[in-house]
Amino acid sequence: MPSDTTGPQISDIKGAVHTDLRHDSAHKHVAGSAVYIDDLPEPKNMLHLYVGTSAKAHAQITSMDLTKVRAAPGVACVLSASDIPGHNDVSPFAGDDPLFADGVVEYIGQPVFVVAADSIEAAIAAEKLADIRYEILPHITNIDSAEKAKSYIEASQKMGQGDAEVKLAEAENRLSGSFRIGGQDHFYLEGQIAFATPEEDGDVHVFSSTQHPSEVQHLVAHVLGRPTNAVTVEVRRMGGGFGGKETSPAMFAAMCALAAVKTGRPAKLRLDRDDDMIITGKRHDFKYDYDVGFDSEGHISGLKIAMASRCGRSTDLSPAINDRAMFHADNCYYLSDIDIVSHRYKTHTVSNTAFRGFGGPQGMIGIERVIEHIALDLGLDPLDVRAANLYGDTGRNITPFGMKVEDCVAGQLLETLAESAHYRARRKQIRAYNASSKILKKGIAITPVKFGISFTTTHLNQAGALVHIYADGSVHLNHGGTEMGQGLFTKVAQVVAEEFQIDVSHVKITATTTAKVPNTSATAASSGSDLNGMAALDAARTIKRRLIDFAAKSYGCPKDRISFRNNLVYIENKRIAFSELTKQAYLARVSLSSTGFYKTPKIHYDRVTHKGRPFLYFCYGAAVSEVVIDTLTGENRVVRTDILHETGRSLNPAIDLGQIEGAFVQGMGWLTTEELVFGDDGSLKTHAPSTYKIPTASDRPDVMNINLWNKGRNIEASIHRSKAVGEPPFMLANAVFMAIVDAVASVADYRLSPHLDAPATPEAVLMAVMDIRKPREA
Amino acid sequence: MTNTVQFMLDGALVRATVADPSVTLLTYLRYEMARTGTKEGCAEGDCGACTVVVGELRDGNVHYRAVNACILFLATLDGKELLTVESLKSKDGGLHPVQKALVETHGSQCGFCTPGFVMSLYALYLKGVVSTKAEIEEAIAGNLCRCTGYGPIIDAATKMHEIGADELPDLAAKTNALMNLKRDVTLKIEGRAQISGGRTVYYAPVTIAALTKLYSDNPDAILLAGGTDVGLWVTKMHKTLNTVISVSDVAELKEIKDLGGCVEIGAGVNYSDAMAVLSGLYPDMGGVMRRIGSTQIRNSGTIGGNIANGSPIGDMPPLLITAAAQVVARSIEGVRTLDIEDYFIDYGVQDIKPGEFLEKIIVPKPAEGLMYGAYKLSKRFDQDISAVCASFAVLTHMGVTRRVRIAFGGMAATPKRAAKAEAMMLGKPFNIATIEAAMAAMADDFTPLSDMRASANYRLQVAQNLLMKFYLEQQGEVETRLLNKEPVYAQ
Repeated sequence: MPSDTTGPQISDIKGAVHTDLRHDSAHKHVAGSAVYIDDLPEPKNMLHLYVGTSAKAHAQITSMDLTKVRAAPGVACVLSASDIPGHNDVSPFAGDDPLFADGVVEYIGQPVFVVAADSIEAAIAAEKLADIRYEILPHITNIDSAEKAKSYIEASQKMGQGDAEVKLAEAENRLSGSFRIGGQDHFYLEGQIAFATPEEDGDVHVFSSTQHPSEVQHLVAHVLGRPTNAVTVEVRRMGGGFGGKETSPAMFAAMCALAAVKTGRPAKLRLDRDDDMIITGKRHDFKYDYDVGFDSEGHISGLKIAMASRCGRSTDLSPAINDRAMFHADNCYYLSDIDIVSHRYKTHTVSNTAFRGFGGPQGMIGIERVIEHIALDLGLDPLDVRAANLYGDTGRNITPFGMKVEDCVAGQLLETLAESAHYRARRKQIRAYNASSKILKKGIAITPVKFGISFTTTHLNQAGALVHIYADGSVHLNHGGTEMGQGLFTKVAQVVAEEFQIDVSHVKITATTTAKVPNTSATAASSGSDLNGMAALDAARTIKRRLIDFAAKSYGCPKDRISFRNNLVYIENKRIAFSELTKQAYLARVSLSSTGFYKTPKIHYDRVTHKGRPFLYFCYGAAVSEVVIDTLTGENRVVRTDILHETGRSLNPAIDLGQIEGAFVQGMGWLTTEELVFGDDGSLKTHAPSTYKIPTASDRPDVMNINLWNKGRNIEASIHRSKAVGEPPFMLANAVFMAIVDAVASVADYRLSPHLDAPATPEAVLMAVMDIRKPREA
Repeated sequence: MTNTVQFMLDGALVRATVADPSVTLLTYLRYEMARTGTKEGCAEGDCGACTVVVGELRDGNVHYRAVNACILFLATLDGKELLTVESLKSKDGGLHPVQKALVETHGSQCGFCTPGFVMSLYALYLKGVVSTKAEIEEAIAGNLCRCTGYGPIIDAATKMHEIGADELPDLAAKTNALMNLKRDVTLKIEGRAQISGGRTVYYAPVTIAALTKLYSDNPDAILLAGGTDVGLWVTKMHKTLNTVISVSDVAELKEIKDLGGCVEIGAGVNYSDAMAVLSGLYPDMGGVMRRIGSTQIRNSGTIGGNIANGSPIGDMPPLLITAAAQVVARSIEGVRTLDIEDYFIDYGVQDIKPGEFLEKIIVPKPAEGLMYGAYKLSKRFDQDISAVCASFAVLTHMGVTRRVRIAFGGMAATPKRAAKAEAMMLGKPFNIATIEAAMAAMADDFTPLSDMRASANYRLQVAQNLLMKFYLEQQGEVETRLLNKEPVYAQ
């Protein structure tokens, strides 16, 4: 592992670490031959499942008559709460997510029963015959009504340091504000799906499109009332996940498993897009209030933040998500005297869940808004206010949760990017443009990102792998991580190829299955390659050590004279093919299979005091975006974005660049066009791509310059000194929102801070433009 | 040939037995033919994961277009050629240049949307020329990708012609094969609806006379044109369509005629073909049409369908109302012509009799000096349904408004003119004071709804603002449109 500062050594093999290697399935993706779960051949007697859901946001079920559903043509079985042999719960830990509502329903779309029939058409037709009667109970559907009703999923949490109260009272300048940040649907292109096959002894095999096979396995067993070893869960690839396939898939896997075990027939459940969007959780929407004190140069002296989020009907992962919002309330800025309070509201809407960034984006955008507000108030360039508040050396490097920031490169990234993107010159030109343009106004902003890497629930930071070498030298690789498009399988294969010094084509990438690697964590928190890369490396090293021991003995040479290079093994002055050595080792009865294991060092966290070191390290990035808005309609477009992002010593720069661009555009969608609208009755009104608008190709900025920071290197001993990449670049899109704020501010000649909520839809922008034109009280 | 649909696939004739006439092509491909490369992402024609390319005869030649298989009834494929992602495999089993380009540019991540992009780009590739960025974005506006951010896909589209240029199909052979499949009688398919089990019938007449007779005999039948709306009745609402008459094969309905002072557009002409003509007459109309649906939707959906279904949020009606267009309705009793605005009576109610159907739309060419503007407001620029669609047409003489038409979609239960605002302008000087008065009058013209697309407040405000925008544009204000806006300092 390179540990110097001169840049990585690149091996001669094909697919070495630190090189661009295309996604292992790219040629299959384009040919339509990459197999997703719905592409598997359907057994003749397979059952198709369709879910019956609650029509009410909050109600007592007074009667449920499914007789006609059962009697409908083609129906094999109908399952509801009373048919569960084990536990009626598919929650990740809190025990409050019934598989089927039992007595009370708590959101529109909550599963109440499932029909299994010979065809999907028969199942759909039968579902309509259910007769469910409700007694309506009062419902709470948003943050405001939950706040009034004091409806929480857990106690409000507090984090902070110093004395914000005193510093605010003493502050030279003081501002306060409030704004809202919308939620987001994952809109993975492949909807939720599971396919279960009954096996001997009442066991079951489940294909599940999941980021968390171990949890699906555990929960299916829990529902069936069987030990975990009765269930095998497998996934080769997902058609996108983004956090939406972390906790939700268990529900559908359990329904299939239940139907399969009950009927002895294979069972498949593939959600229609609308049902998927109605039944499964999304990114939390937030309300954010701040009170900030600062000096004439924009140094923040004291800050009080209140965050409130809509968690939906159950706990799900909301505690950790809201914790992560608090962990990122500082972003890259040292806040000596800060109080953060986080309210987690229970509502009668779908239970919100993990989504790329996991609360971090909602926490981080708040401080960026605060800084824009300060800059407008002081008439400063927001970049200068940002620079003034960055983390620094001793005395300016402790986060609100007590962790020392030792690797901050945000300042260098901002400086380098501002230069390469001509930020200051363009800011001037934009102001000149705005002075002469009546209808269209432009805006520009540069924002940094600091994002903590590790699961903040410490025990989740572990991973396992399984590596076999066959006698012919070909390698079979398996690990607990899942492939959802992010290129994890490619990166881990590179790590193994690098260790054995063989071309990556000799490493067979295989489907994730709980039968090979047990007790895995979700592929989430950007940790996939950090954890699984290390576990696979551990397995490969074990086998390599055995090969070296064998070669040393067999060829009678010291171990330190044996080296692996470019598909060959050098044994003193001899060299043999890697495959020759493995053949000899096999004949000499050397084990060529090993598991591997990794646990992240250094991390610890006390959730009672909210102090500790929850992260091994931080990732950094910066973005400049330029936008144009139409002040008559509120329409807006991003016309240029420049990004400088660091992924340490990238394992695969091409894949990392793809993650960065994709995450940025997804973040841009969250902050601009993607709007979740709920009706007063608690129903989701935007449950299909016809009404819920993720970015299309033409929304991508026409000019887009994305670069990896070539000086990047993880100061922690991560896999080949690389850094995680999945989530951090999502928050680069904050620059888009701040640029829209800048454009709206131009309407009042940059004297006032716009009241703009996210997403910045045309309507939101027009309302902000009209609002800022109105006279305000001082 | 009842219950059998014939189409060409990979050089071979497929004779598909149709049990339910409303079974979609996507369902048939995935679950009957086990061709699973084509994916379902939304089943409503909004994500493009199911994109396939269909070839059909027109003027004696085969023409290819990308369409959404998820809302295309298999029966409508009769007599056509189908290409799916699996069809692109070259003779040696290798990848097509479109596919190679996507691999090289890292254009796939999760890969689920990829086959759809491949087919949209393949349709573009068939044009045989390197496309501009705007053309590429137009070609893939109907394909959603949640992973890549689109950059690598746009790169691939730019590079695909460099990778191989000799992969174009043998058009003569393809045309010949389709000629052999050509029907000259009404296709009739009988089946049973999968959900209700009820008896269903599907007709595809090839002449307007046959259509007129059939519809007269079956006035309760569903008329199926592009199917971009009716398809969803099946895939989303799970409705049983008892009798369907497809108008897609009626030659007369596909005609576009230039009659000097006006053009006549057959009701069965799809948006793509109509756009080519109308954008020449009214550039702003073309600008909005470019943003209706996606390439796939515009290749299927028809102008007639957009009007006939009477939706208050269809984009064509306001654009055509201000152009003073008329529609011609035909029944067994003959034809009648009416102003398009009079066709819309109330929500869900149109001036059309049982057995009567839209035959064509007559669009007058713009009068000398006519000022015409059209605007579409939606959360997203491409492939979004309008919150408000606005169109203005004003003719002045000596600075005084002599003719004015202002029409909106999304502001009322039907596409509707702003009568009070027009009255405020007619005969008055075309100046800012009149415009402001007309904007104020508009508040009495409309009481719009709030829904998931926009609030009532926004709709009214923006309707008023668009009139101001239209006015400012006529006064020479140039910086008024966001499309194609460039950064101040591009490099």
